[in-house]
Amino acid sequence: MTTAIDVSLVEVLATLALVAVAVAVSLWERAGLESDIAVAVARSFVQLTAIGYVIDIIFEQDRIALVALLIGVMVVFGALTARHRARQVPNAFWPLLGALALAGTTTLVAVVVLGVFEPKPRFLVPVGGMVVGNAMTAAAVALNRLGDEVHARRHEIEATLSLGATPAQAMLPIVRRSLRSGMIPLIDSTKTTGLIFFPGTMVGMLLAGADPIDAVRLQLVLLYSLLGSVSLAALAATGLAYRNFFTPAQQLREPTVASA
Amino acid sequence: MTPALFELDAVTLSRAGRTVLQDVTASLPAGACAVAGPSGSGKSTLLRLLNRLADPDSGAIGYRGRSVTEYPVLELRREVSLVPQLPALLEGTVADNIHYAARLAGNDTDVATKLELVGLGSDFADRDARRLSVGEQQRVMLARALALEPSVLLLDEPTSALDERAQTAVEATLVHLKQALDISLVLVTHDLGQAERLADWTLRLDCGRVVEMDMR
Repeated sequence: MTTAIDVSLVEVLATLALVAVAVAVSLWERAGLESDIAVAVARSFVQLTAIGYVIDIIFEQDRIALVALLIGVMVVFGALTARHRARQVPNAFWPLLGALALAGTTTLVAVVVLGVFEPKPRFLVPVGGMVVGNAMTAAAVALNRLGDEVHARRHEIEATLSLGATPAQAMLPIVRRSLRSGMIPLIDSTKTTGLIFFPGTMVGMLLAGADPIDAVRLQLVLLYSLLGSVSLAALAATGLAYRNFFTPAQQLREPTVASA
Repeated sequence: MTPALFELDAVTLSRAGRTVLQDVTASLPAGACAVAGPSGSGKSTLLRLLNRLADPDSGAIGYRGRSVTEYPVLELRREVSLVPQLPALLEGTVADNIHYAARLAGNDTDVATKLELVGLGSDFADRDARRLSVGEQQRVMLARALALEPSVLLLDEPTSALDERAQTAVEATLVHLKQALDISLVLVTHDLGQAERLADWTLRLDCGRVVEMDMR
């Protein structure tokens, strides 16, 4: 496979000098992050190299079924990872799985139906990866806030239930705030893109020698797609997860720290 | 003795490995009754069982001759409304809060009348509910519960967070409600004097067990 930019392994290894700076800072300040940095560097190298070969195979096979399989695996791992951020939400895995699957599927179908991308692995794999990753972050942030709010506001929720409100009615303000928490980071970064930082896709295209205007347009396409997918993920995650706080008799469950 | 409003039969409940209510059997009559006892005696938990904010581990609870589990739970909570120990009003004005409850019950409500019932002037309607004093908020909680037009009000230590003056005002409000409305009150209190002032009948709990049932 040919690429517009050729990065050798030596060049990758050269950037370890900057990792050494991070280790030095940790040592100097006694932050105790050296082992975390080492694990992060090792995992990113192994994971990205592995996924690079997987994507290479998928591109060569050129089969949509393989794209669906890859996105499915990412959705499952995304839900498994995000549930650790939502420990106070009972059974958080299933709402997260539903949210990521909905965000991934809907966004990929939409960009194909709208004619933004051709239904080919070369386009769907990178877009799907970005969508699932951002959706995971948004859903995790939203459920983290949801768990914190329910924990802190049990008294208010039960006061509203005492009036004969349904769990959906009693949770409405909390679900709204959690949804906002999940969506705001991407909205803010979309506002500041180009001013404070250059987003990854644009940087990658510029480094690969693409025309800057093309790089910007592709980045806008992705940012706007991500806004939609992140909103769907946060909405689905909170909309599904709040129910897990209640019994079938519409009682607020006793607080638990779920192993999920 | 008036017919039982609530019947508790061998009610037991544990939380976090601790027995909160142990084999509680009692009848709570219509009118005004108090559930009294020291902190940790299980009285607030008992109150929560009456409108199914929680269910017991074993035993049965009846309301007007039927198990509470036979009533649609939301209808039960609107008919048997609990006012919690600490105010928990929604964002918005006092009127917003009262209308919210009325909408849940499918009622039209006159905010000024409800405020008058709890001893607040109609000028409170447009005030920010969460900026009122605790005593005023507690009375708005009562007005909000009354907007449901319930048959029973469950009151969990309604004056415990109040200073003496506000406590006297809320007690006067409860006496007024008893006289003005065809409504039963079940009052949880740690204050036996308050139980005597407000209730016709007192159930005393200690360590989750019934220690006395007393009718004046």
